[in-house]
Amino acid sequence: MRIALFVTCVNDTLFPDTGRAVVRLLERLGHEVVFPEAQTCCGQMHYNSGYRRDAQRLAVRFVETFGDADAVLVPSGSCAAMIRDNYTRLGEAGSPLGREAGALAPRVYDLTELLVDVLGVTDVGAYFPHTVTYHPTCHGLRVLGLGERPYTLLRAVRGLELRDLGGAAECCGFGGTFAMKNAEVSSAMGWDKARNVAGSGAEVLCAADNSCLMHIGGVLNRQRSGVRVMHLAEILASTEEEPAHT
Amino acid sequence: MSRTFVGMPDFPTAAAGATHDPQLRHNLREATHTIRDKRDSAVGELDDWAQLRAAGKAIKDRTLRHLDGYLEQLESAVTAAGGTVHWAADAEEANAIVTRLVRDTGEREVVKVKSMATQEIELNNALDQAGITAYETDLAELIVQLGDDLPSHILVPAIHRNRAEIREIFLRTMADWGVPAPENLSDQPAALAEAARVHLRRRFLDTKVAISGANFAVADTGTLVVLESEGNGRMCLTLPETLISVVGIEKIVPSWSDLEVFLQLLPRSSTGERMNPYTSTWTGPTDGDGPRNFHLVLLDNGRTNALADEVGRQALRCIRCSACLNICPVYERTGGHAYGSVYPGPIGAILNPQLHGTSDPVDASLPYASSLCGACYEVCPVAIDIPEVLVHLRERVVSEPGHAAEKATMGAAGWVLNDGRRLGLAQRAIGAARSMVPRHIPGPPSAWTDTRDLPDIPEKSFRQWWRKREKAQEDETTGARQPREDGAEGRQRSDRRGGERS
Ligand code: SF4
Repeated sequence: MRIALFVTCVNDTLFPDTGRAVVRLLERLGHEVVFPEAQTCCGQMHYNSGYRRDAQRLAVRFVETFGDADAVLVPSGSCAAMIRDNYTRLGEAGSPLGREAGALAPRVYDLTELLVDVLGVTDVGAYFPHTVTYHPTCHGLRVLGLGERPYTLLRAVRGLELRDLGGAAECCGFGGTFAMKNAEVSSAMGWDKARNVAGSGAEVLCAADNSCLMHIGGVLNRQRSGVRVMHLAEILASTEEEPAHT
Repeated sequence: MSRTFVGMPDFPTAAAGATHDPQLRHNLREATHTIRDKRDSAVGELDDWAQLRAAGKAIKDRTLRHLDGYLEQLESAVTAAGGTVHWAADAEEANAIVTRLVRDTGEREVVKVKSMATQEIELNNALDQAGITAYETDLAELIVQLGDDLPSHILVPAIHRNRAEIREIFLRTMADWGVPAPENLSDQPAALAEAARVHLRRRFLDTKVAISGANFAVADTGTLVVLESEGNGRMCLTLPETLISVVGIEKIVPSWSDLEVFLQLLPRSSTGERMNPYTSTWTGPTDGDGPRNFHLVLLDNGRTNALADEVGRQALRCIRCSACLNICPVYERTGGHAYGSVYPGPIGAILNPQLHGTSDPVDASLPYASSLCGACYEVCPVAIDIPEVLVHLRERVVSEPGHAAEKATMGAAGWVLNDGRRLGLAQRAIGAARSMVPRHIPGPPSAWTDTRDLPDIPEKSFRQWWRKREKAQEDETTGARQPREDGAEGRQRSDRRGGERS
């Protein structure tokens, strides 16, 4: 299958390894990945901060860039949720944006949805001999409703031992600009999350959204906890021949 | 006169203080987790919860769409049942009406049933200024009143207090308000409840005027409904001669059959009980049974402003169950006082700015008092999409003058992001500057670096890598000899490893 990758602006700029892992994983599974270079950002930050017009412009650009794709892969739960749930709200009733976003939405997938629902694989042939705990992230959990998919994928990874995460459903406290505007509360939430991560005893904290990982990872680093954070794609891309750098 | 929220700092400032109070954090964590677990199992028992929730939402939406008609219907029904209806546009008007009604009875003391509406309008203070003393009878309200404190939760206004603190308040102040607490009072819940019972009993028997709110007002019969757990409300609703009920105009349900839905939704969502212990309904005065005079004060106080906003209107569906407070990770760490209003938590964050507008710094800060995690929406029994309204209100806040720095940043980001080439150039600039980013950044970004490390900036963006790879593949097919590159490169992995940076 030909899959269009929307790598997201944060991944593109700060976490290019995630995009590379996605490409490696999907090509290994025999699919073609295209990266439309006109892509930039889904507009989530502008939308969530109340800058609707800017968000609208970015949504129009996204729909133009990806409108023809058979499947759009978004390796970030919150961006996938933004595109699928909020684009139609961004377009005024009956506007072209509303219509086109509505038509595109069912073809926009988070990594776990693409793998499990569209490509029909739960064992991607990965090898990752480490203890891992998974943070489901708010948008993955509540907006996309990813449910068991990520856990099913992780359980099928050879060598991987999955550990329970206490308070998994609780927000890590990132919340985009919330982390700056209410830094104290955001940190308090992040430190509680980090405590649960440490309590899991895992070597690696995994999630499908680098923004949350950047926040929790920032706390884990500050605490010198020794726990690494990794995007799900990097674990799934890891093989015996080409192990993920941990 | 009791304290008010007037003059509170904005949310980030008040919240920052709360996050550094370990006792408060502990009290809140214990209380919210206990009650959220209870709610979870009570809701889990019903396999038609989703349908009930949808029904609750639909009934409220329909009522709000035709609110004018239902209000008129309620007024005629209450009047026909022998009650008197008063209309109050704002807090001042409502307080004036209630004060006059109490004065007309010649009494100087009133007992109160726990009510958010009377807290919202600060009725106790208004009565106090008129020389009338209002006695709170709900246990948690009593604790707040005796402690000269502010409420911090919709359902449990004293949630921020633990048993030892409550005991201390009872011993210190109960005597000033009536029957004193026993000297050997322990901090066991039963002992504390008994002290409150003895303290309140005299009050119930002696007082001739009661003031209540209502959870619901049934339009077609003119019936008011109060749900409570302790029975103290029922004492107030039945013993005094005069009953004055102050009720927000959004509390209407069209008929008794609609109540069926809410009498299931509310207790399970709020206290995690299948049914609340006391449900009192009253329809005007009845000879020989309960109050002889009944007044209903219908309160607007900003509600029609909210009603006029198509997105924000859904906040008026709220049945004040407080499930959103109990699940909210922000509320759990800040408590209710940080919200600067009697409506704290997620619902407060969307209700207050709509009732008061966003010109006040506290109200303007509330739409940002959320990480938009969506837990509140998930638990709300009337499906209020709180995150949607928060974002909508943020839009309103930034459309007003001010926020110059943020607008400039967002504008610049929007400009860069509106073009793949510009984004690519910006990424190159960021990559080139990567070694110069310090661990702790002064100025606004210190909000991040005070407690968290920044990620290391990679040398190359994804799009740079992709382009190079494409080029390599092209050269390969055209015969040029270039190694294909698709492994991880350019970025040191140790940067995301805890404990290896300094
Ligand atoms: S907004 Fe919903 S969850 Fe929150 S108090 Fe109101 S009804 Fe309950």
